[in-house]
Amino acid sequence: MTLAPELKGSSPEKLLAPVLSAFWDEDRSWSLDVYRRHEGYEGLRKALAMSPDDLIAYVKDSGLRGRGGAGFPTGMKWQFIPQGDGKPHYLVVNADESEPGTCKDIPLLFANPHSLIEGIVIACYAIRSSHAFIYLRGEVVPVLRRLHEAVREAYAAGYLGENILGSGLDLELTVHAGAGAYICGEETALLDSLEGRRGQPRLRPPFPAVAGLYACPTVVNNVESIASVPAILQKGKEWFRSMGSEKSPGFTLYSLSGHVASPGQYEAPLGITLRQLLEMSGGMRPGHRLKFWTPGGSSTPMFTDEHLDVPLDYEGVGAAGSMLGTKALQCFDETTCVVRAVTRWTEFYAHESCGKCTPCREGTYWLVQLLRDIEAGKGALSDLDKLNDIADNINGKSFCALGDGAASPIFSSLKYFREEYEEHITGRGCPFDPARSTAWADKHTEVNA
Amino acid sequence: MTTSSSERGVSLGMPELPAPAYPDDVRVRLEADAREIIARYPDSRSALLPLLHLVQSEEGHVTRTGMRFCADVLDLTTAEVTAVATFYTMYRRRPSGDYQVGVCTNTLCAVMGGDAIFEGLQEYLGVGNGETTDDGKITLEHIECNAACDFAPVVMVNWEFFDNQTVQSAKRLVDELRAGHTVSPTRGAPLCTFKETARILAGFPDEREGAVEASGGAGPASLVGLRLARGETAPARVVHPRDGGPHDEAQDRAPSDATPHDPSPTEHLSSHDAPQDTSASDPSHPSPTTTRDGGTSPRGLDAAGPTAEEGE
Repeated sequence: MTLAPELKGSSPEKLLAPVLSAFWDEDRSWSLDVYRRHEGYEGLRKALAMSPDDLIAYVKDSGLRGRGGAGFPTGMKWQFIPQGDGKPHYLVVNADESEPGTCKDIPLLFANPHSLIEGIVIACYAIRSSHAFIYLRGEVVPVLRRLHEAVREAYAAGYLGENILGSGLDLELTVHAGAGAYICGEETALLDSLEGRRGQPRLRPPFPAVAGLYACPTVVNNVESIASVPAILQKGKEWFRSMGSEKSPGFTLYSLSGHVASPGQYEAPLGITLRQLLEMSGGMRPGHRLKFWTPGGSSTPMFTDEHLDVPLDYEGVGAAGSMLGTKALQCFDETTCVVRAVTRWTEFYAHESCGKCTPCREGTYWLVQLLRDIEAGKGALSDLDKLNDIADNINGKSFCALGDGAASPIFSSLKYFREEYEEHITGRGCPFDPARSTAWADKHTEVNA
Repeated sequence: MTTSSSERGVSLGMPELPAPAYPDDVRVRLEADAREIIARYPDSRSALLPLLHLVQSEEGHVTRTGMRFCADVLDLTTAEVTAVATFYTMYRRRPSGDYQVGVCTNTLCAVMGGDAIFEGLQEYLGVGNGETTDDGKITLEHIECNAACDFAPVVMVNWEFFDNQTVQSAKRLVDELRAGHTVSPTRGAPLCTFKETARILAGFPDEREGAVEASGGAGPASLVGLRLARGETAPARVVHPRDGGPHDEAQDRAPSDATPHDPSPTEHLSSHDAPQDTSASDPSHPSPTTTRDGGTSPRGLDAAGPTAEEGE
């Protein structure tokens, strides 16, 4: 099913597959010139030579799945746009990367924004859209700067604007900066926000493909999904399918962070394991062992060292009881208090809950109260069942996936680390020293040396 | 120019009068900008978020006058504009400093040292979360995950990246800001003021020469996988072009006060650059600025929780 077994023990050269990141180390990698030197906008030429319907079928056949977390097939999303309906169609790129632990789209856009712009032009040709938007979270001004510049360059070179490359396609691209709200990563909240409203999720159906931006058919895709399209066109769907597994084909960005020797971006075929990534990159920081990790951000149930060999593709992670999510591999070692970690994540969900639905708004608030007490040694053992109960009343009962995400760390940490919670309660406090978890905890001997 | 209700004290029963308008010259200038923003969208209301960034770039925070301006140009009620302005955390609702220093205290950065940095800065600057130093230079905040976890712990100043920070580097950073020096982030362009940053967020490109190029390409952590895939060795000791500049003597990035070299806050202080031949932390040498957690996380300073923050 996956490549993991046969790749085991191979060298990083064979295990990794830099595509989007292939020239990030080049001088001015973000510029149009450099992008063009690396076959930039060649995928677009091939796409424009096809009919829009053939193009949608081609992307569908490639098996590309959404890289924003849910893994929905990208080509299918495009196919859902009704054609000949006389309404404007819109493409909205979700660049609101805010899921704790997730850090792939921001470096991608900083180093290689044209891959996204080329993908946008291809996607708009396919879905017959003449206006696309990039909804970028506002808190990343360096990326906004490079997007402004890349869009300017693309207009000047005729990749945006009227009659693109003589194809008759007209396309306007607007870069839109958000204003700080995690919930706007949820696609319907993002659309409300882009319409100038509070970012609150909409009831579905109707789905955005039918009634999205301004109640018109709209595709909302993640940055990495769209940025992967030009390479598929340029190198072929067979090439793409030669990586990963049958159901999870292709390459993707894995983001390693936390107590590891070499945090960073690792672009690899889907299905690589955390063990392989750690083995090639120097493992955990010296003298420490992996305690828990998230496969795809804080909203995906946490794993432990039992899960090092889980193939990191949609099916593999799902079968192990979590979700691939955004491939944000946050690794924590044995110095980290899991109660502290979960409390902080829960504070985040409470802060970011939009307030629209009761289970999430009230539930996350009460989870925070209980967790703060437990962390401070003021909890009771019965609080653990109460935590579980409240999480259960949020999970699946909220308007959008933020609620499910808030429940995930609670459920999974209680499953794997219940004793640690109990220790906080019976020991009347946290047994961990946070100073030992810091990035500099092990450094003072070197200074003295 | 204008005052907010909080500055005038609590009103006692009297409905608040409409906010004063901008002076004519300001209004005319902003209206020209507003027209440009509105033209980007098929529906004018979509311009509201960028317009709020625009009025923030005028006064440093979103005033009642600013909201009235947005309502006027978009033909909305001030209630509709207020509802939006109060939903998003990037819009400030009271006067603040030239530099917004945001310390990431979401789980991963907090654990890696963000909590210690935030605590250290609060003590050093004598301000709590959301408060501004007396000189009006710095507003200190804790922020949520900013998509740079492979550079943890992260500090953002006016939404530019200061990667791999320590308590000491963050203190030096605020010293430099308060001294009025030009400060360059690890990733991003030399800092401009909060107001100037807000204008970029409104969708007006940064016109400063070299701003787009500043700080080079991808940060070192973004390149570790690429270098491994090419068979280049020692992924843990990535050398970035930036480190070859004026800071190239800075190999030792340990955060001890005893460190002879005093690296600037902007150099790439990766915890992974230094030789790592130790195994565990030494309990007899705890980090000088961190304290045992014991449940008193810095967020405790927010008063209660989500409701308290919303009610500001």
